Amino acid sequence: MLELQGLHKSYFTGNNELHVLKGLDLKIEQGELVSIMGSSGSGKSTLLNILGILDSYDKGSYKLNNTLISNLSEKKAAHYRNNMLGFVFQSFNLITFKNAMENVALPLYYQGISRKKRNKIALEYLDRMGLREWAEHMPNELSGGQKQRVAIARAMISKPKVILADEPTGALDSATSIEVMDLFREINKTGITMIIVTHEKDISEKTDRIIYLKDGIIESEHIRKEMSYV
Amino acid sequence: MFDLDKWQEIFATIKKNRLRTFLTGFSVAWGIFMLIILLGSGKGLENGVRNQFKGSVNNGIWISAGRTTIPFQGYKPGRDIKFTNEDYERVKTTIDGIDVISARSWFDINNTISYKNEYGNFTISPCHPSYAIIKDVQIVEGRFLNEIDVQKYRKVVAISTIVHDALFKNGDKEKAVGSYIKISGVPFKVVGIFSDEGPEDEQRRVYIPIYTAQRVFMGDNEINQISLTTGDQTLDEVEKMVEQIRKQFSAVHKFDVEDRRAINIWNKAEDYKRTMDLFAGIRLFVWIVGIGTIIAGIVGVSNIMIIVVKERTKEIGVRKAIGATPYSIVSTIITESILITAFAGYVGLVLGIGLMELLSRALPPIEFFVNPQADLRVAISATILLIFSGTFAGMFPAIKAANIRPIEALRDE
Repeated sequence: MLELQGLHKSYFTGNNELHVLKGLDLKIEQGELVSIMGSSGSGKSTLLNILGILDSYDKGSYKLNNTLISNLSEKKAAHYRNNMLGFVFQSFNLITFKNAMENVALPLYYQGISRKKRNKIALEYLDRMGLREWAEHMPNELSGGQKQRVAIARAMISKPKVILADEPTGALDSATSIEVMDLFREINKTGITMIIVTHEKDISEKTDRIIYLKDGIIESEHIRKEMSYV
Repeated sequence: MFDLDKWQEIFATIKKNRLRTFLTGFSVAWGIFMLIILLGSGKGLENGVRNQFKGSVNNGIWISAGRTTIPFQGYKPGRDIKFTNEDYERVKTTIDGIDVISARSWFDINNTISYKNEYGNFTISPCHPSYAIIKDVQIVEGRFLNEIDVQKYRKVVAISTIVHDALFKNGDKEKAVGSYIKISGVPFKVVGIFSDEGPEDEQRRVYIPIYTAQRVFMGDNEINQISLTTGDQTLDEVEKMVEQIRKQFSAVHKFDVEDRRAINIWNKAEDYKRTMDLFAGIRLFVWIVGIGTIIAGIVGVSNIMIIVVKERTKEIGVRKAIGATPYSIVSTIITESILITAFAGYVGLVLGIGLMELLSRALPPIEFFVNPQADLRVAISATILLIFSGTFAGMFPAIKAANIRPIEALRDE
């Protein structure tokens, strides 16, 4: 599903070169529930950017669904993001002036689906999240857990192959975090690959495979067979 | 290619961000509004003063007989200077640079004019044919006086439209030219009707040949005023001409050349130039203030646009992460800003023009403030300039924001 080979990435600030990813090899199969752990500076957000086709890489290769992701035009990158990937963020990042339903429907707007149709689909997804009655509410009227569920519905509405979650529970209390993780597991059961970046041990322990990142390389991997539903 | 969905998206954004929309729109509308008020007031003032110069050509010189105030060669002051036909002939033949010339005399016998049963008191003005040029009258029907009328002492008259309206009622209106009116009881044939843009009292005139007037009414060859035009000479050349005329008259009529009251020479070109210089100054001032207003508007709009884009960085990041292309992001922001500034500019335009219209209707007629109207082309250009600069100011941060990496924009640091 996802295949990285010898991936390198450097950032240049002035005359300084910052070598962030130093030859990363990683293979994630379809339907996996993976967490990526690492301290800040380990390169996990850079990796997430590259996996999300939000940034380019210098050396190596990245294959998503057997397609080589390299030197894509902005339009093509946007197209892949729209069709193959879903994003969930720590701070939810709902658009403040749109209600829950409109937020969920937004990816379909960029697919060119009519307002009526995409709002109908959005309502179905909100229903699955148990938020149908909240469809007309603005984000600031929702609790943290509700907001994150709206964001997850938004990530799922375009039927992505992979959902990338960046610290999805960072702004939630532990009870809500568990709820969200259960939701992720449920989504994962429908065959969607989940990649969760986190620094919380409790969260990563709820995934099937933990990848430890340190100084731009994979330090170790831990597969939790006993938790696997596969 | 009309994308309804995109417009719905834009309108939804505008509707949900009222304060931001209002602030952007206000600075544009206010700039345009002030510009129109400014340009309109300047124009109104200029129109008013320009009207004061109407009713005669701008290169005319008027020489009128006066009364001496300085003793000269044994003559006491207080002596009336009298012009005669000889003065007219002498000026006409000896002064260089005259384009056309006419003498006039004041008719102070009985200025009643009648036609059938209609009577009226009007100014009867004996003159030469050239006076039509000097006075800048427009012939509406028939003709003005001609040389033959003057030389043959014909009893003919050219009447103003006001006189025409007053004397010729109903069915006679069309028959005015060719019919006879009585001036102080003497029948004169109407040869033409003219209109005059000058002050109203100058429009209540009839012109008759000067030699006819001298022969029929006055019985002498006195004239009161000589007026002439100077062609396209420069102000300096005209100034020299005036000095030459003054010198000649002082020699012939024996008065001190420094005596400004003995004869009165009015050089309209000098007055006209002075006023037009003043207006050139005022116009420059209006433009400087106007450009200042527009710059203030541009800075205002640009500032707001930059802040708006900054404020929307997160939103842009989200949109990008869920599949928006940078083009769709930039084009949406820019369409939105064009929509707001264009609409606001239009509102400012309508309000400004509306206020000007209201002013010119509600204000009592003021002599020096007529028809205050801003140049619409300038106002529209200014609106377009504001739209462009707002767009331009928003475009760079929008492009920059569209190219950032969403994960970084969306992370809480």
